[in-house]
Amino acid sequence: MSLATFRGGIHPPGSKFMTENKEIEMLVPKGELVYPMSQHLGAPCVPIVKKGDRVLTGQKIADTDAFVSAPIMSSVSGTVKDIGNRMTISGALETCVIVESDGLFEHGASLLPHRDFRELEPAECVKIIREAGIVGMGGATFPTHVKLSPPPGKKIKWIIVNGAECEPFLSCDNRLMIEHPEPIIGGLEICLHIFPEAEGIIAVENNKPEAIRRLTGELSEHGANIRVAPHDVKYPQGAEKMLILTVTGQEIPPGALPAEVGCLVLNVSTLTHIWHAVTDGTPVLDRVVSVAGDAVASPKNIIAPLGTSVRELVDAAGGFSREPARILSGGPMMGISMRSIDVPIVKGTSGILALSPKYAPTFDESNCIRCGRCITACPMGLWPSELDKAVRLRQYSNFEQNGGMNCIECGSCTYVCPSRRFLTQTCRDGKAGVMAERVKQKGIGAK
Amino acid sequence: MDKPLVIASSPHIRAEMSTQKIMANVIGALIPAGLASIYFFGPRAAAIVAVCVASCVISEAAWQKLSGGKITVSDLSATLTGLLLAYNLPPSVPLWMGAIGGVFAMIIVKHFFGGLGQNIVNPALAGRAVMLSCWPVAMTTWTTPWVDGVSGPTPLAVIKLSGGALPRLADMFIGRIGGCIGETSSIALLLGGAYLIWKGIISWRIPAVYIITVAVLSALFGRSGGPVVEILSGGLILGAFFMATDYATCPMTPPGQIVFAFGCGLIASLIRTFGGYPEGVSYSILIMNLAVPIIDRLTPPRVLGEAKRHASK
Repeated sequence: MSLATFRGGIHPPGSKFMTENKEIEMLVPKGELVYPMSQHLGAPCVPIVKKGDRVLTGQKIADTDAFVSAPIMSSVSGTVKDIGNRMTISGALETCVIVESDGLFEHGASLLPHRDFRELEPAECVKIIREAGIVGMGGATFPTHVKLSPPPGKKIKWIIVNGAECEPFLSCDNRLMIEHPEPIIGGLEICLHIFPEAEGIIAVENNKPEAIRRLTGELSEHGANIRVAPHDVKYPQGAEKMLILTVTGQEIPPGALPAEVGCLVLNVSTLTHIWHAVTDGTPVLDRVVSVAGDAVASPKNIIAPLGTSVRELVDAAGGFSREPARILSGGPMMGISMRSIDVPIVKGTSGILALSPKYAPTFDESNCIRCGRCITACPMGLWPSELDKAVRLRQYSNFEQNGGMNCIECGSCTYVCPSRRFLTQTCRDGKAGVMAERVKQKGIGAK
Repeated sequence: MDKPLVIASSPHIRAEMSTQKIMANVIGALIPAGLASIYFFGPRAAAIVAVCVASCVISEAAWQKLSGGKITVSDLSATLTGLLLAYNLPPSVPLWMGAIGGVFAMIIVKHFFGGLGQNIVNPALAGRAVMLSCWPVAMTTWTTPWVDGVSGPTPLAVIKLSGGALPRLADMFIGRIGGCIGETSSIALLLGGAYLIWKGIISWRIPAVYIITVAVLSALFGRSGGPVVEILSGGLILGAFFMATDYATCPMTPPGQIVFAFGCGLIASLIRTFGGYPEGVSYSILIMNLAVPIIDRLTPPRVLGEAKRHASK
């Protein structure tokens, strides 16, 4: 049976076999935990604790007044050891709060539990979600309370749960759906309480039959306006625009948000956190991370407190079985290559992958042969080889006119390019170039 | 972790298919036609192939060496050009002419315009066109397979001059007719073309639209042989599957490819019917090659969400 899908896309080897059957294991971190002030899209937080302060598990340690931001909690109890610059996953130095764990995990009540969320006003739910520091846990880390506050006049018709998990190697969302479907559905019900006229759709790629079975089984006890929508396996199915197109048939206009077409997309892990924040009063303290790759001795899914060092996760997965060429945060298509494993995991860390040169080879570019594979692969309907040409000639206006700003950086074009050209990277450069020109023009206009 | 980690931008994994593998697949798809040409035209066909391939590979390497560039003959594109040039030559052509055709194709047509992917016309066809204008007699003398040393007209020449009998369709299908060494065996070329479509290296669009356009137009123009003879004659199948689909010189988007293939079919039919030459496949592709930049400009892909936005406003 052929299901609805989007144009373009690719079929990289899933490589899910390493972790998809591994139950989520808990990791108790030793020593110090590091909390970068920027774990989300938007304004960075500012520390609200001082060196030497005692903090409790769940206590807010950093916040800001900015709307597009999310507070950060301590995931352990202990003492603030330092506030200073530390290297983060991106390789950059960032202001971090460093907490020395006392190993007691003494909880401080930061949020009130609400056993029946239906007694809450929608606005109160959104406030709790903000205070719990919930962001898009699929990796985009957009603050969830902002998503749940669409511009007035935009009616939300569909709340889509993103359980696609289309990146190779990653199974953290899959395992959450299999092992803990209740909080996902519960979180969705909270969102439907906020948007009572919306329909809830849980979208799962059909390479996760167990997850589909568990969710469907769980739903029979809830009923109401929620359904599970399986769809074909194709990368980047989990990209917001692709998922909305597949599930609702709606295309989001360039530059617009999903709310424009009445949609709201939330990752399964985000919903789990929404459920726990509202009903238990537990803020975002931990997340599930798939530790995988052909250079990891025993790949697994680990639930670890935020701030835990990547090194501890790698050790928990048996360390390296061979020399890794690249260590990634996230999946192989969109993940970031890391300089060091002595960096903390953050809210958006869905996977830690260690890949050998065989899996992640390094190539030199050669001439574009105009084969058109990048056009076929691009889910956004762009012409990557032409955009690449424009950027290399510094023709940013040409890049913009040809829709370059719509690039979602999914990497499909680079993946298929037989000439191994860095098409995704030149698109990133092009977008940065256009933004720089805009700033320059604004500056001239202001004078 | 002794070695430093690779720091690179995403994606970190790549598909198997490389430029070299694509070229190798196309070369592989041309092997049945090559074997057929040796079977029908004898060892001389093999000699023509060897000379043209060697000429192209050596010219490319020499040019890149002299111009201080990276030598890229291992991408096999020069080998492919040599093979296609050879397939477009008559069996009795002097070998040195083939060698000169190869030098012209590689240096003037390909590398003067920037090398792989940058040339604006098909190098093999441009090489052949130059040879045809330099040595018109040698390039249009057709030996009949099985009958040594005897020259005879090709089916298209028979139609053009309205003289003589057309060969049997079965002979045309297997390739036992006069013509260029690599173009006569329709069955061998169709096998290779089907393989390329199956492997996703070419799409069906260009060959299908090109061939159907020629079949329909030749019927409309009232040509005597009928559509099947038109399809099996001359270089149409070789051109439609292997020359018009050359990535560098055909449009990149599906609508562009359909426009391009229709143009090829139209021009080939016009030349066959009203032109001075009996065959028009080579020139139809060369002329349409020149139209590719404008076709590309006029047929970009639709950016997701864009048309819908215009419709809703």
